[in-house]
Amino acid sequence: MRYLPKSPAERKQMLAAIGARSIDDLFAVIPAECRLDRDLDVPRQQAESEIIDYFRAAADKNATGYASFLGAGAYRHYRPVIIDSLVQRGEFLTSYTPYQAEITQGTLQAIFEFQTMIAELTGMDVANASMYDGSTGAAEAVMMAVRVTGRHKAVVAATVHPEYREVLATYATHQGLPTTLAGYDAKNGRVDLAALEASVTKETAAVLVQSPNFFGVIEDIPAIAAIAHAQGALLIVSIAEAVSLGVVRPPMEADIVSMEAQSFGVALSYGGPFCGVMACKEQYIRQMPGRLAGQTTDSSGYRGFVLTLATREQHIRREKATSNICTNQALVALMATIFLAVYGKEGIRELAEHNLAKADYAAKTLSTQPGAKLLFTGAPRFHEFVLQTAEPPVLWSQRLLDEKIVGGIELSRWYPELGHATLWCATEVITREQIDTAAMVLAAGLVEA
Amino acid sequence: MATDLTNPQTPTGPRTTGKVRPHQTQNEALLFEKSSPGKRAYKLPPLDVPAVDLSSLLGAARRVQAPELPELSEIEIIRHFTRLSTWNYAIDLGMYPLGSCTMKYNPRVNELVARIEGLAEAHPYRPDSLAQGILEVIDLLQRCLLDITGMDAITLQPAAGAHGELTGILLVRAWHQSQGNARRKVLIPDSAHGTNPATAAICGYAVENLKSNADGGIDLEALARQVDGETAALMLTNPSTIGVFESQIHKIAEILHAKGALLYMDGANMNALVGKARPGDFGVDVMHLNLHKTFSTPHGGGGPGSGPVACKAFLEPFLPTPVLVEDENGAKHWNYDRPQSIGRVRAFYGNTGMFIRALAYILANGPDGLRQTTEDAVLNANYIRHKLEDLYDLPYKTASMHEVVFSDKHQAAKGVKTGDIAKRLIDYGFHPYTVSFPLIVHGALMIEPTESESLEELDLFIEAMRSIAREVEETPEVVRSSPHSTRVSRLDEVQAARKPILRWRPGQ
Repeated sequence: MRYLPKSPAERKQMLAAIGARSIDDLFAVIPAECRLDRDLDVPRQQAESEIIDYFRAAADKNATGYASFLGAGAYRHYRPVIIDSLVQRGEFLTSYTPYQAEITQGTLQAIFEFQTMIAELTGMDVANASMYDGSTGAAEAVMMAVRVTGRHKAVVAATVHPEYREVLATYATHQGLPTTLAGYDAKNGRVDLAALEASVTKETAAVLVQSPNFFGVIEDIPAIAAIAHAQGALLIVSIAEAVSLGVVRPPMEADIVSMEAQSFGVALSYGGPFCGVMACKEQYIRQMPGRLAGQTTDSSGYRGFVLTLATREQHIRREKATSNICTNQALVALMATIFLAVYGKEGIRELAEHNLAKADYAAKTLSTQPGAKLLFTGAPRFHEFVLQTAEPPVLWSQRLLDEKIVGGIELSRWYPELGHATLWCATEVITREQIDTAAMVLAAGLVEA
Repeated sequence: MATDLTNPQTPTGPRTTGKVRPHQTQNEALLFEKSSPGKRAYKLPPLDVPAVDLSSLLGAARRVQAPELPELSEIEIIRHFTRLSTWNYAIDLGMYPLGSCTMKYNPRVNELVARIEGLAEAHPYRPDSLAQGILEVIDLLQRCLLDITGMDAITLQPAAGAHGELTGILLVRAWHQSQGNARRKVLIPDSAHGTNPATAAICGYAVENLKSNADGGIDLEALARQVDGETAALMLTNPSTIGVFESQIHKIAEILHAKGALLYMDGANMNALVGKARPGDFGVDVMHLNLHKTFSTPHGGGGPGSGPVACKAFLEPFLPTPVLVEDENGAKHWNYDRPQSIGRVRAFYGNTGMFIRALAYILANGPDGLRQTTEDAVLNANYIRHKLEDLYDLPYKTASMHEVVFSDKHQAAKGVKTGDIAKRLIDYGFHPYTVSFPLIVHGALMIEPTESESLEELDLFIEAMRSIAREVEETPEVVRSSPHSTRVSRLDEVQAARKPILRWRPGQ
């Protein structure tokens, strides 16, 4: 086996050194009835070239070369080449959690830079080293708000990503944490402020909203914050599309921001690994889950970084910890850090502007086709929009697939009341030609009908 | 004594300690300190649609103050992160015997196949008809992991080990609930990982501590006393955190099952069992795996991981939605119609990129390679044990599997603690072992070499540990004040926690 650095003679030599007759002696402690006395039923040992062939064949079966208007919490952006060059350095790739600070300063400084960038982007005071993803981060943020406020209820906007809400429901069920859903305004696609105000009480620990929300609409964060804070509840803002922060005002009125940073240079990879991260106001740091890198000095006075405030964490506090999280998304957070270094202060704005422009053009072009209508026009959007069509989506989406285009995702699985509505996303990698083709294909159905 | 600078026989440069000799590393400021306005590392293609006016589109939602992100050129970014990388220790540099973390070789073909365009660029909501390739990869990995664990059903959704624990305990809870009583408590041995009690608490269970017996294993009598009609499960790590196989595992399972309680296995130490024994064959009802430990996906400085949960058939209805199914034509689909499911634990389907890597590892090994891997991991740990047990206290004499746990008892008598020995190991060119865990061993040195170490590297490690033991006798201060060869010396953790500086600010 090519990964194992021992010759048969060395194995014998080692067994002799420890006084064992055969390797079986070392497994004798496992009762005979527990031992496996056959080969595992897994494919035979493959050569490296065979492994590559297998996965290439799988990739080909997946169908490539499609233009895609899919978003909904997973976004295709251009990934600068140097991201993969750098994260594949063995010193980053094959290192672990920087518990031994003297020989992990590289990882620690990079985390400190990541924390700074996320705090800058979100308008929060501090950010952690990462969470699993945006969905679990949002659930952990609600649990954090429960600890901060000592209250045990949450209000969640119906415009939060449906799968994020499902994850929150799973986490909340067994914590005695009832959640109330606040509906959305059918005109502008924002959370219904009157419904929200009616749901938030003195028992509410947190109000959870997403902005840009699941429909791509930017929520009125100052107004929502006023409602939450009037009752002493914390405001948690979930951000699923991090690139939006290049042009969208950060949710400064929030107490906690839970963000999915996948858009910052992380491949779609069929949904993971992504990069959750949590940021908050300074006064709540000690209730925040996840790892934190902090600046300090060594015994000679040099600047250095360490993991800090570990008394929040499970390996110290066990059942009283702020969370059970241990392994996080460090290497993916490093990808995001490199991405943000590449784009920088100007680039992140320019990139976000391109996204805005493409989506604006796509929304206008698609919605002017016969039978198509843009929903939620009363509030600003980022790069996603909801299109309603006279024709059932299942019909035109097949026509689009024939043209190697994946259209918007059907919303009826989560919002049946929206009828033939689909959620479209146009990032900087979509071309005008692809948008124009999609519009033509959409229109074609009505001509035939 | 004067030194002849031209004579290579009498070098004046940095001296060799064990297998290392110090070399230069570059200083490097924070990205923000290197920034200067107008530098760029990006170039967007020309916009092929009309430009938009931010104010009219966004109104009050427009960002006014730009984030203080650094402005740098590409070469500076390459140098920045390359320099930072040289400050790290890594498996690629040498032995990383961090017990419980299974720091094994991360094969590079894994990285290559995970980046094949058709897999890496697949959107999670693309139609199933365009995702058959990735669904087949997921299906094959699931089938491999089921045979490896001896279980009946599996979910790959959890993002890491602790997330798998959460999922597994929620399955336990859902099943008990379906039987009429969710029950109140979870039993956890005092040797367990901290994630176990933290998980049980999040799932709404009271944590009841189970004291280990004189061998560091489960005390059957104590277990029988503590298990009752309110016990939901025992969370057991097998082999345990002291690297010992619970030889009474069948009786443990019997005691639990007799009272209707379930056996949860923390699969952190599965690297000792693959191809040799299967949890499904020794009474485990539900368990998690760590793909980033046993199945070679990279640890990446702290993640990402992946924590699949495998269970027996009676727990299958409760698995998170969606689950992968096959239709009559052999096409694969996600099934969301799961009325008894605990719900989702994560958006989408899990850390798919890690599934690809783990499957590449299984394919590279095959059944023979997986078994040999396990055997070598156990051989390496036992070799270290035999070569060090005369100098380091071995609190539990029970046979070791894939890791060995010593205590600092002999060295502590000289005022040197496990943490000091760990830091001194850095000077010898090794990453330290896991320090002060498990908690049942006072001053623990938890050493897990994995199968990835050659005899040569093991001997160097043993030599380093023996040399440090001598230093403790002769010059303990050298050990206490180590490391001496790193870029930074011991860092002030108290200062870091008292006045936390968690981000850079201008003029800081």
